[in-house]
Amino acid sequence: MAEKFDVIVVGAGMAGNAAAYTLAKGGLKVLQIERGETPGSKNVQGAILYADAIEKIIPDFRDDAPLERHLIEQRVWVMDDASYMGTHYRSEDFNKPPYNRYTIIRVHFDQWFNKKAREAGVLTICETTVTDLLIEGGKVVGVRTDRKGGEIRADAVILADGANSRLAVKAGFQPEIKPENVALAVKEIHFLPQETIEARFNIGEEEGVVIEMAGKISAGMMGTGFLYTNKESITLGVGCMLSDFKEQKVTPYELLDRMKAHPSIAPLIAGSEMKEYAAHLIPEGGYHAIPQVYGEGWMIAGDAGQFVNGLHREGSNLAMTTGMLAAQTLIELKVAGKPFSAANLAGYKQKLDDSFVMKDLKKYRRMPEIFHKNKQFFTTYPDLLSKAAQTLIRVDGVDKKSKEKEIRKSFVESRSLFGLIGDAFKFWRAVE
Amino acid sequence: MHSVVCIKQVPDSAQIRVHPVTNTIMRQGVPAIINPYDLFALEEALRLKDQFGGTVTVITMGPPMAEAALRKCLSFGADDAILVSDRAFAGSDTLATSYALTATLRKIMETRPVDLIFTGKQTIDGDTAQVGPGIAKRLDCQLLTYVSRIVDLDVEKREIQVERRAEGGVQLLRTATPCLITMLEGTNEMRFGDLEDLFRAARHDLKVWDRAAAGIDAVEMVGLKGSPTVVSKVFAPKPRSKRAEIIEGSDGDPQGLAVALLSRLFTQHPKLEQEIAKRAV
Repeated sequence: MAEKFDVIVVGAGMAGNAAAYTLAKGGLKVLQIERGETPGSKNVQGAILYADAIEKIIPDFRDDAPLERHLIEQRVWVMDDASYMGTHYRSEDFNKPPYNRYTIIRVHFDQWFNKKAREAGVLTICETTVTDLLIEGGKVVGVRTDRKGGEIRADAVILADGANSRLAVKAGFQPEIKPENVALAVKEIHFLPQETIEARFNIGEEEGVVIEMAGKISAGMMGTGFLYTNKESITLGVGCMLSDFKEQKVTPYELLDRMKAHPSIAPLIAGSEMKEYAAHLIPEGGYHAIPQVYGEGWMIAGDAGQFVNGLHREGSNLAMTTGMLAAQTLIELKVAGKPFSAANLAGYKQKLDDSFVMKDLKKYRRMPEIFHKNKQFFTTYPDLLSKAAQTLIRVDGVDKKSKEKEIRKSFVESRSLFGLIGDAFKFWRAVE
Repeated sequence: MHSVVCIKQVPDSAQIRVHPVTNTIMRQGVPAIINPYDLFALEEALRLKDQFGGTVTVITMGPPMAEAALRKCLSFGADDAILVSDRAFAGSDTLATSYALTATLRKIMETRPVDLIFTGKQTIDGDTAQVGPGIAKRLDCQLLTYVSRIVDLDVEKREIQVERRAEGGVQLLRTATPCLITMLEGTNEMRFGDLEDLFRAARHDLKVWDRAAAGIDAVEMVGLKGSPTVVSKVFAPKPRSKRAEIIEGSDGDPQGLAVALLSRLFTQHPKLEQEIAKRAV
C-alpha cells in the first residue's frame, strides 16, 4: 500500500486508543489496526475505570463515556471455604462529583474511546491482524497484515497489542512470556434487574460496590477474586497465576464455579442470568518482567509491556498512561523535527520512570516472587483468621483469656513462631 | 451494471435473551450484526461486479447506528452506501419498510438505472421474508426468491437465468432485468476485503437520507402509521420437557451396549424393526 503514516498503532484497547487519540490530537497522521470485529470486542477487563488516567487524556470524558456506576464502597474479603473476614469502606465523599472510580463494560467503553480517536482524525481499521513488523536495517518501518495488499509503512509503530504480544516476541523485542509471570483470569457477567442489585448491595441509583477477594477463593494458588456491580449486571471473576493452574491442575471454570457457590457470594448473584463468559491473560510479572519498551522506530505500551500493578488491581490506567506517554514522546520529536530513533525514543522510558507507572511497579518489585514462594498467604492464613474470628465471636462459656490463648496456639502450631515472624517480614517486604 | 443490495442490521439472534417475566426481547449488550442472509446477497452482487464490471450500492433503512453495517459492506467491496434514516420510520412493519425502500430505489434510479436488486431470503430477527417481494411488487419488476445460483447474465439482452430452490427440487428460471433476487443461504462465501477496501470504507462519505431525501411525501405510508401489523401477543416457547439421556460408555462391551440400545428402540418402535428386517433381506 502506497499510503504512508506517521505512526501505526497496533491494537484498540486502552493503550492503543490512548496513544492513537493523543497522536491525532497532536497533529500526527495515525493508522490504528485492530484484529477484533470492533474496538473492544476482544478486550477483557474486570472492569474498573480509574478516572485520573482517562481524565488526563479526555478531560470531559464524563459527558458522554458509557459508565456503569461510580464506586462508593470498597470491600476486601479474606475467605475460607465457609466464611469471609473483611473490611468494608464506604464514604459519602465518594458520592461527590467528580467521581474517582467507575465500573465500565469494556466493549461499550472501548467503542466510545475509539470513536473519540476517530473523531480526532485516526484512521481505524478492524478485523485486520498485524502479522509482522517490517524491519529494514534494524529499524521498524511499518507493518505487514493478513489482508491482501497488506504492507503499510510508517515512521513509528506503537505495539499496544495486549498481554502476550506476539509481535514483540516475533520481532525479538522480548522473550516469550513465562507462565509464572502471567495470570489467567476468568469472569462472568450476570444479569440482574437494577432494583435487585441496588437492594442487595444497599446502594442507590448509579452507586456501585467493589468486592476484592483473597484467600481460599484461589484454591491455594497465587491469585484473587473480584465482584463488581454494573448498572444491570454483576461482574465476577477470579484470576490466578498460569503456572499455578498448570501445577494444581485446577481448571479456571471450576474455580469460578466454586466461587459462585461460596455461601457469601451465592446470595448476591442468586436468580441472575449469565450473560457473558470471558477469559484473559494478565501480565503480573511486575517490575522485573518489563521488557525493553522502545527501539528504532518502535515502542510498547499497555499490557504488551507488562504494565500491570497486580496488588492494586491497576492495569487499564497504566495502559492509558503508557499509551499517552508514548504518543507524547513521538509528538515532541515530530515537533522538534527529530527522527524516531532509539536514542530519541529513550525519552519514553524517562517519562515512564518519572510517572506513577514505574514508581509503583518498582515499589512492588519483590511481591511476585515472595507470593510465589509463600503460598501460606493464600491457604493457611485465611483459615487461621477465620477460626480466630469465630473463636472470639462465638459465646460458649469459655473465658476470653483461654480463647486468646487458643488462637495464639493455632497460629504457632500452623506456622511456628519463627514462621510467623518470617511471614510478617516477607509480607512487609512485598508491599513495602 | 448497477446492483443495489438491501441489507438490515439485526441483533445477533444467537445472543438474544427473552425476559423471563415480560417475554420481551432483551437487546441490552447484544451485538448488532448484518443480517447473515444479506451477506450472501452482497457477495453475489460483488461477484457479478467482478465479472461484468459496474457498481454495487448498499442501502438500509434503520437508526443511525446502522451506519456500522453499511461501512462493513463497503469494506467487503461495495462502492456506495445509503442509510435511510428518519424518526418517521420508527415502528415500520414489512409493508411500510418495503414502501420506504422502494421510494429510495426510485430515487437512486433517477440518477442511475438499476439492473439488479438483491436482498437476503429473510432476516433473522423478523423471519418474514416479505420485504424483498414487497419491493418487487411495488416496483412492478420480476421477483426471483430463494435463488441458489446465478447461472447466466446477459447484460446486453438484459436477461438473467437463475437456479431457485423450490419444494422438491430446483427450478431453472429465466427472466428480464431489472429484477429482484432474494438469495438463499450457503450459496457463496463472503470475501475478505483487501486493505484498500478497508481504508475506503473507513473514509467513505456515507450518505444519510431522511424521509424527504428518499422522496417519501406520504408520512402515513411509513412508520407506525403505515404499518397495519399488530403484535397481539409475545410468548416464549416452553422448553421441551424430556431431557436427553446421557449413556455412559462401557469400555468392555460396546457391542452389548449397542444391542441393549437397539432392543430398547425396537420395543418403542416395533414397526422400525420390521422395516429394517425387510430391507436387510
